[in-house]
Amino acid sequence: MTGEITGEMTGVSGPLLDVRGLTKRYGPRRACDGVGFTLHPGEVLAVVGESGSGKSTLLGLIAGEIAADAGTVSYRMRDGVTRELAALGAAERRALMRTDWGFVRQDATQGLRMAVSAGGNVGERLMGVGARHYGRIRAEALDWLARVEIDADRVDDPPTRFSGGMRQRLQIARNLVTAPRLVLMDEPTSGLDVSVQARLLDTIRGLVAELGLAVIIVTHDLAVARLLSHRVLVMRGGRVIETGLTDQVLDDPQAAYTQLLVASVLTA
Amino acid sequence: MYVAVKGGEAAIDNAHRLLAERRRGDPAVPELTVAQIREQMSLLVDRVMAEGSLYDPDLAALALKQARGDVVEAVFLVRAYRTTLPRFGASVPVETGAMAVDRRVSATFKDMPGGQVLGPTFDYTHRLIDFALAAAGEPEPAAEAEPGPDAALCPRVTDILGQAGLLEASPPEAGAPVGDLTREAVDFPADRAVRLQALARGDEGFVLALGYSTQRGYGRTHPFVGEIRCGTVAVEFVPEELGFSVPLGDVPLTECQMVNQFHGSGDVPPQFTRGYGLVFGQGERKAMAMALVDRSLRASELGEAVGAPAQDQEFVLAHCDSLQATGFVEHLKLPHYVDFQAELELVRRLRAEHAAARAQGDAPIREAAE
Amino acid sequence: MSAASALPETGYNFAYLDEGTKRMIRRAILKAVAVPGYQVPFAAREMPMPYGWGTGGVQVTAAILGASDVLKVIDQGADDTTNAVSIRRFFGRTAGVATTTRTCEASVIQTRHRIPETPLTEDQILVYQVPIPEPLRFLEPRETETRQLHALGEYGLMHVKLYEDIARHGHIATTYAYPVEVAGRYVMDPSPTPKFDNPKMDDCPALQLFGAGREKRIYAVPPYTRVRSLDFEDHPFRVQSFDRPCALCGAADVYLDEVVLDDAGGRMFVCSDTDHCEARRAAGHAGEQAA
Repeated sequence: MTGEITGEMTGVSGPLLDVRGLTKRYGPRRACDGVGFTLHPGEVLAVVGESGSGKSTLLGLIAGEIAADAGTVSYRMRDGVTRELAALGAAERRALMRTDWGFVRQDATQGLRMAVSAGGNVGERLMGVGARHYGRIRAEALDWLARVEIDADRVDDPPTRFSGGMRQRLQIARNLVTAPRLVLMDEPTSGLDVSVQARLLDTIRGLVAELGLAVIIVTHDLAVARLLSHRVLVMRGGRVIETGLTDQVLDDPQAAYTQLLVASVLTA
Repeated sequence: MYVAVKGGEAAIDNAHRLLAERRRGDPAVPELTVAQIREQMSLLVDRVMAEGSLYDPDLAALALKQARGDVVEAVFLVRAYRTTLPRFGASVPVETGAMAVDRRVSATFKDMPGGQVLGPTFDYTHRLIDFALAAAGEPEPAAEAEPGPDAALCPRVTDILGQAGLLEASPPEAGAPVGDLTREAVDFPADRAVRLQALARGDEGFVLALGYSTQRGYGRTHPFVGEIRCGTVAVEFVPEELGFSVPLGDVPLTECQMVNQFHGSGDVPPQFTRGYGLVFGQGERKAMAMALVDRSLRASELGEAVGAPAQDQEFVLAHCDSLQATGFVEHLKLPHYVDFQAELELVRRLRAEHAAARAQGDAPIREAAE
Repeated sequence: MSAASALPETGYNFAYLDEGTKRMIRRAILKAVAVPGYQVPFAAREMPMPYGWGTGGVQVTAAILGASDVLKVIDQGADDTTNAVSIRRFFGRTAGVATTTRTCEASVIQTRHRIPETPLTEDQILVYQVPIPEPLRFLEPRETETRQLHALGEYGLMHVKLYEDIARHGHIATTYAYPVEVAGRYVMDPSPTPKFDNPKMDDCPALQLFGAGREKRIYAVPPYTRVRSLDFEDHPFRVQSFDRPCALCGAADVYLDEVVLDDAGGRMFVCSDTDHCEARRAAGHAGEQAA
C-alpha cells in the first residue's frame, strides 16, 4: 500500500483529484503498479524518478490517454461533484480536458499545432468552447503571450520558428487560456539550456501561485521538484516508494533508493 | 464575338477515334490476338486479374489489348466490368495445402516434406537480353517434368511450425464472416480480412515499396519466407439448394507465408507470428510484399508501437488502390476554372490591399507564415 | 430538351447499376436526408469512369433516376464541358432518359463546382460530385479522429483555420469548398463550389444530395434547411463580387468566368452558368460584347 498524501495546506475541503490503485502492464512488465494519491486545489505535486520508473505512464493514465488495467481516477468537477473519469462520456471527458485541465508535454510538437500561428494555438481552446469574435480571441491570445513573456509581434509566427523555451511558454499559454484548475506537466524543462530552464521555471512558479493551479509535474530533475512542488512522490519500477512534503523527502529521504537519488544530485 | 472554347461531343468522339487508331498502331504489323496476350504476356495478365479482383484470363487479356498495355487502365476496365456481375455468394475457402504446386520454395528449411520445387522462375537467370527471342523460334523443350509432388506429401511449412507451437495459430477472426470492401465501405479500424483484400487488390508497386520500407527500418518485422507456393487449387461452392459443395474449376494462385519475429507477453509464450499474401496467377513479388505489409499492419494487435507508414492501416488502405489513386491524381486535369477564378479574385484583392498599405507608408503586411 | 434516346445500351441494367446496388444507395440517401450534413458511408461501386471524375454523383443520380426524369449535367456551370458531356451521354446510353441543358426543365441536375443561377424548385434534386467530403480532412488526416470530432460536435479546429486566414491575410481566404453548418449541427463540405454559391444552399426548396465515390460517402441537405457559412462575428461571411457584369448578357449578380482574349492582357468576363446566360440573351438582355 502506498502512503496517501492528505494535504491540508489549501484549506479547501476535499481533494480535487483522487487517484487509486492505477495499474498498467505492458506484457509481463508493470509500468505502473497500484499507484494512488490525492491532490488538493492549488497543490503542486512532483512525481520524480529515473526514466523507465513509470512516471510518464502515470501521467498518461491520469489523463485517460492510456487505458488502465486497474484503478480509478476521480475528479471534483466545477459543479463540486466528484466523478470517476472512466465513467464520463467521451464528450464530457474531452470537454473537461480542453477546459478545466491542461497538459504541457515534454515534446512541444506533441502539444502544439506546429503549422498554426502562436495566436491560433492559444485561441484554439477559446474557439473550441464557442468564442466567435476574432478581435476578442486575438486580444486574449496577445494577453496570454505577454503573460508567458512572448513578444506580441510573434503572434502570427508558427511555433516552428520558436526556440525550445518559447515553445514551452506557448504550450503553457495555450493550456491556461481557459483557466483550468488542474495542469499536468511532463518534463516541461528537459532538453532546455540551464538559463532558459531557470526563466521558464520562474514563469511557471509565478503563474501557478497567481492562478492557484493544482499541478502534477513529472520530472527527473530534483531541483525542479524542489523549486515548484509542495509534495513529492518518488517512483521506481512502476511503484511509489516514498511520498511526503518536498523539503522532508529531499532533505531527509527515508527510502534507500530516494537517498541514492538525492545523493546523486548532490554529487553531480 | 467571343465563343467559349469548350469540349463538345464531336471533340470527344474524335479523340476516341484517334485513340483507337493509335491502339492499333501500324496496320502493316499483324494485329495482336487476345489469345497471344493471354499466352505470351501471362504475368501481365495475372497482374491485371489480381488487381482487378476477377479471375478471367481472356477478359484480362482483352482489357490489356484495349488499354494499349497500360496496366492500371486494364485493371480499370476489368473492375468496371466486375461491378456489373451478379454475385451468387462466396466460395468455400480454397485449400492451398492441397495445391497442385508448380513451384514451392522455403527459406526457413533446407528441405522439408515434398522438397523445394523451383518451377518456372526468373530467379537465377542472368538478366541478359536474349536477342534470339527477337527472331521467332520455339524454345528448347523443358526437361521431362517429373510429376509434381503429391499434394498430400507437401504440407505447408507454417503447418509444420504450427504443430510444434512455434508459430502462432491463425488469428482468431479466421472463420468469421469475411468482409468485402467492394460491397461495404471500409470502417476503420478494418479487420484483417478486409486489409488482406485491400492489399491483394492493391497496386503492386505501392505494396512492394511499403513492404520494402519495412525491411529498411520503417516498422521492422524480421521476416523469413516460410514458404512460397504457386500452382492451382480447386474452387468449390455450396449452392443453397444443394447444401453440399460442388467444384467450379481450378484457379492458379501464389501464396506467401512470412514467418516473423518473436512475440510474447505475460500470457503467451514467445512464438513466431504470421504475415500472409495470396494473389491470382504467378505473382510472387506481390504475394511477398503483401505478406510483409500484412504483418506490419498487425502491429497494434500484437502490442507493437505504431509509427511507420506500413503499420498505419488508414494510410495503407486509403492509398494502395491504383484506381483510386490514378483517378484522383488525374482528375486534376478536369477544368477547375470556377475555383481558380475564386482564388484569382482573392489574390488580386490581397495584392491591391498590400499595394494600398505600402502607398500609405504602413508597415508591410506580414508575409504568410508558410 | 432532347428526347429519351430510343435505344439505350443493351446488356446493362437501367442507369447501369443493378437494382440491389441502387437500393443500398437509396438507403444511404434516406439516412443522409434524415441526418442533414452527416456523412453516411456507402459501398460505392467501381464505376466505368475514374475516381475523382464524378463517380459519387453518378451513383447517386443512377439510384434516384426514373424513366420519366429529365437530366441536366453541368461542370463549372456549363453543360458543354467535356466531363458534363460524358456523364450526360452515359445516362443517355444506359438509362435512355431525356436530357436537357435548361435548368428549369430538369428534374435531376448533376453538378460539379457550381449551383445554377436560376433558383431551384421543390420538384428538383441537385446532385453534387464531391472529391473530398470531410471538411476537417486537411486539419486532421485521421478518419477515426474526424469521425469523433463530428460525433461530439467539436468544430473549434475549423475556426482555427479561419482565424489563421484572417491573421495572415486580413480576410477569410477560403474561396471555395467553404465550410457550412447544416441545420445547426454538422459541419459540411459543400464540395468545391465557389463560396459565391453558399447562400443558395440555405433554405433551398430543392433536395441537395452529395456523392463522394472514392471516399464512399453520401450526405444531404433536405429542402428548406438552414445552411450557415462559418465565420466570425467581426469578420462575417461574404461572397465574391465582380466589378463588371457579364459581357454577353449583362447579368450583374452572377458568378463569372474570366476569359483570356489575347496575350496583351485582354480579358472578358462571362457567365459561368451557360444556360442562365443563354436564357437572358434570348429574353433580350445584352452585355457590352454581345453580337
